[in-house]
Amino acid sequence: MMLKIEPRKNRSNFLEVSAPIIAVFLTMIFGGVLFLSMGKNPFEAIKLIFWDPIMSPTFSEYSRPQLVIKAAPLILIALGLSFGFRANIWNIGAEGQYIMGALISGSIGLALYPLDSMFIFPLMILGGIIGGIFWAMIPAILKIRFNTNEILVSLMLVYVAEQILALASVGFLRNPEGLGFPGSRDLSKYPSAANPELIANSGMHMGVIFSIIAVIVLTYFLIYHRLGFQIKLLGQAPKASKFSGVNSNYIIIFCLGLSGGLAGVAGMFELTGPAGLINIDFNVGYGFTAIIVAFLGRLHPIGILFAGLLMSLTYVGGELAQFMLNIPAAAIQVFQGMLLFFLLSTDLLVSYKISLNISNLNNKKLKSMKE
Amino acid sequence: MDFSDINFSLLIASLIVAATPILLAALGELITEKSGVLNLGVEGMMIFGAISGFIVTIETNNPWLGFLCSCIGGMLLASIFAVVTQIFRANQVASGLALTLFGLGLSALLGQSYTGIKPVAFPDMHIPILADIPIIGIILFQHDFIVYFSIFAVISVYFLFRNSHFGLIIKAVGENHDSAHALGYKVILIRFFTILIGGAFAGLGGGYLSLVRVPQWTEGMTAGAGWIALALVVFASWQPFRLLIGAYIFGGITLLQLNLQALGLEINVALLSMSPYLVTIGVLVFMSARRNKNSLDAPRSLGKTFFGL
Repeated sequence: MMLKIEPRKNRSNFLEVSAPIIAVFLTMIFGGVLFLSMGKNPFEAIKLIFWDPIMSPTFSEYSRPQLVIKAAPLILIALGLSFGFRANIWNIGAEGQYIMGALISGSIGLALYPLDSMFIFPLMILGGIIGGIFWAMIPAILKIRFNTNEILVSLMLVYVAEQILALASVGFLRNPEGLGFPGSRDLSKYPSAANPELIANSGMHMGVIFSIIAVIVLTYFLIYHRLGFQIKLLGQAPKASKFSGVNSNYIIIFCLGLSGGLAGVAGMFELTGPAGLINIDFNVGYGFTAIIVAFLGRLHPIGILFAGLLMSLTYVGGELAQFMLNIPAAAIQVFQGMLLFFLLSTDLLVSYKISLNISNLNNKKLKSMKE
Repeated sequence: MDFSDINFSLLIASLIVAATPILLAALGELITEKSGVLNLGVEGMMIFGAISGFIVTIETNNPWLGFLCSCIGGMLLASIFAVVTQIFRANQVASGLALTLFGLGLSALLGQSYTGIKPVAFPDMHIPILADIPIIGIILFQHDFIVYFSIFAVISVYFLFRNSHFGLIIKAVGENHDSAHALGYKVILIRFFTILIGGAFAGLGGGYLSLVRVPQWTEGMTAGAGWIALALVVFASWQPFRLLIGAYIFGGITLLQLNLQALGLEINVALLSMSPYLVTIGVLVFMSARRNKNSLDAPRSLGKTFFGL
């Protein structure tokens, strides 16, 4: 082998930031090939996805607010997940926690309908957080008590939550005035529970504000709080963390609780704002896409803020490409999957030094000369 | 409520059919995990196998070719995982998740114009004489080739790890990759191989789902079967025959649930549909609670990246 791969003493800071950018460019290139193979103009498609939603005068008026609306849940969920991922606690059931948050908060709102009170909305936020935490505590407690694999349990609970959602939308939460159609009352039209845009046509709703606050608080937490350090330690050196007295059970509860709570509250904001009502198709996969967002953001809150916006761009731009070029929505999913692969692969650049092994090459030359 | 409508030997026979996709996928994952690699992308490889097999069968009207292409499809996806985790040394958990997301997207993309079509039937192979035995004949000997193959594969894998030199090498790599490397075994190469085999089995399982079990293509049709397969490997404590039993129990639950739905019992459909997932959680808890006492362990290097060269 002429390539030499050596571990770096310190992770390269420059590459830490530039590796995701390299990955995005690689995805654009391979995504372009994908679009080409589908008979579409790759340059036009990439421009529609990454440029037009922000810059085009015709589309941006609609796309810009959408960008913010779709980024908010992705950022909220990814923020929570990133802490667990750092500590090697893999909650991949955020989709289920998102659904449960929406269901609990929705139940509260619907139970109090048509009461008019300023306490309903905060109560629903609390309900969303509790719903998400409750659903995340199942894998957490099972992991602590029985050492059950949290990956599989949290994922299985997504399917269970989806069934409960279906049950709710045709059963106990169905709109009594909905003429028998599935789906609850429209909470976005119930003033005490609604989560409207704070500034018209900006996309800014309470959930967006909440996610920005979460980014700031969690950045501080990760850098300055003892628990933030312990989480990093548990992930990178489990044995050392044990010797230094880190209580791993506490961290499991914390990481799953944080991700569950944030996913639940994301579900609540989505329900009362952009989605409006509980229905069978309420969840659209934010919980899974948020996994990509967390890695794209390098598991760092600030990174996740940008990653969430970028991933939201692929959604909004993807819709645009679907509309303009008839590129199916599934192509965007492939695109996102590819991005995650490239991200994980480029991580090699950050923690390893890759160099051409010239000395070895010279030796070979010497040998051949001697012969 | 009327249970007499259910013919029990036919029920058990269809239970075996229902279990075959997860059995195949789980068996592949078992081989992969034995070498110390945790591939969480089973769901993605399965669904990609399902669509590759389906497309080829529709286009050629040859289900045999379809199954072959399911295997190849699964291997193709697995090869991405192998490159990313073995050469680029990426985290296996994250790469497995990426594989699932990628596979789900790619299959949805490829399968767009294939919804609502029925593939040609894959013929059953009645084994002469044996198939005529009452009850047992219906249960065991009137299946199609893939069902027989899956049972044969379970037996082969059992002997692979019990009696063969190569099986021992795979186990050595999975238990302690540094020692195996020191002994001169090519850790990365062996893992590459087991990952591909795992992909082929997962793809075949997916193909069986879309070509025989359902038989149709719908987006996201695996509906967590790949994840259940992963749970099954834990349930089976990495032993092939336990895997067989586990898969048939799961097949039974799925089928019972569907039958109860069809009977129109007073139990809610949603509650029935979530039962396989709840049972999976229950089984995982049971197994992990037990493992604390008598340590039937996972391969020691499972999920760990090999850093030597």
